[in-house]
Amino acid sequence: MDLRLRIWRQKNKDTAGKLVTYELPDVSPDMSFLEMLDILNERLIEQGEEPVAFDHDCREGICGMCGLVINGVAHGPEVTTTCQLHMRHFKDGDTITIEPWRAKAFPVMKDLMVDRTSFERIIQAGGYVSVATGGTPDANAILISKESAEAAMDAAACIGCGACVAACPNGSAMLFTGAKIAHLSHLPQGQPERYDRARNMVEVMDAEGFGGCTNYGECAAVCPKEIKLDVIARMNGDLIKSTFLTSGTRKMGANATRTGK
Amino acid sequence: MTGVMTLYQTSIGKKVVMAVTGAILLGFVFVHMFGNLKIYSGPVALNEYAEQLRYLGKPIFGYEQLLWIARVVLLGAVVMHIVSAVQLTLQSNGSRPQPYNVNTRTQPAYRYASYTMRWGGVVLFLFIIFHLLHFTFGTVGYSSGQFVNPHSGVYEVYNNVVYGFLNPIVSIFYIAAMIALGLHIYHGTWSMFQTLGISSEKMSGMLRSFAAAFALVIALGNISIPIAVLMGILPLS
Ligand code: FES
Repeated sequence: MDLRLRIWRQKNKDTAGKLVTYELPDVSPDMSFLEMLDILNERLIEQGEEPVAFDHDCREGICGMCGLVINGVAHGPEVTTTCQLHMRHFKDGDTITIEPWRAKAFPVMKDLMVDRTSFERIIQAGGYVSVATGGTPDANAILISKESAEAAMDAAACIGCGACVAACPNGSAMLFTGAKIAHLSHLPQGQPERYDRARNMVEVMDAEGFGGCTNYGECAAVCPKEIKLDVIARMNGDLIKSTFLTSGTRKMGANATRTGK
Repeated sequence: MTGVMTLYQTSIGKKVVMAVTGAILLGFVFVHMFGNLKIYSGPVALNEYAEQLRYLGKPIFGYEQLLWIARVVLLGAVVMHIVSAVQLTLQSNGSRPQPYNVNTRTQPAYRYASYTMRWGGVVLFLFIIFHLLHFTFGTVGYSSGQFVNPHSGVYEVYNNVVYGFLNPIVSIFYIAAMIALGLHIYHGTWSMFQTLGISSEKMSGMLRSFAAAFALVIALGNISIPIAVLMGILPLS
């Protein structure tokens, strides 16, 4: 099929970008979206032009590196990562507009590549558990209910691709931060630091310049890992509790909720 | 304890303020709507209700004392609700300096309510001002001699309402405002559960249905009154 691509081209962080139109004939419907861009780049290189820069790594939908806004939808028309999107979702003669994630906290580095270190800083603020080093813990030494394990695993499916931010009309990172907080909040291992974690991660998230949440639900609709809005409710609950618990009772509260309920 | 002010400094803390003040306002609109329905029991019942309201909390509270406390609380709630909304809107507006060239919404049309929260809120604010000037002070929407201020000691609230709604333009404005209120309440109620951390995977469907039912009851309960007046079901007494 023949396509017309309108692609965001931007030299670097400091220059303004613009949409440039390219005609790309002979695209196979079996190609992935990124393979289609590879073909475009090969042709650009042949013509002595600068190829389009875009992020990717695993191309298996698990690393979270790739991410493009395709015709105004993060990761395009299917609920999956851009690398797992196939060209059969488009028709011959289609015009496809391709833009980078747009958020103040995700500055464009070049063309379609954005800098998402703001996510790393949110994780650094509390997206971990502090454990003493030593021998490997015994299996099943800490019992976790099926319910908690599943809720934690659902939240842990987040690959940090940033589509939630890209899709949110408020440019909010609540689904990402909520997933990271909910993941550990549901597990016994996450209890000792549970409330401080919520506080610290939310503070960094705000400081990075992400917007607030108004429950549009656009984030959950495009999330390739189908993270639900519930993780945001969980984060909100943990943050509110952090306000009303002193550090002593916070630990007590932590023990009372050892199962992560 | 990290304190309420530290919570308020976060974006979620501002949403908590919106949720808590929203809950107060939801309680008010429900009671207000329910009280309004006394109009169907006739002029005597409604006028008596208007008079009794001023003695709310008797004998602990004197004439209009509890009413004034409620008014101050409601005004405070409205102010805090708006201030937080403005702060959050400014934060969100700053989060995407470069807009998309193509922007597609994936959410189904029934989520329309979520896209009308901010402007809908402005509409409701203007409506509240009009509503007070209209039914409370009687300074707009009446020909001279129609409105009887309860502070004169004569309770003609029933006729005040009927005269007010006999003006079709005013009625249409009220009906439109109540539709805006219904949308605001639908999304606001569900958001409140989400913000306070009450919602969960198991409960979110139920809470959404509750929000929809609550919004419908309030909007339809209020809308029925101007329609009944225009249809002649509630004649002047
Ligand atoms: S490249 Fe790894 S998820 Fe797409």
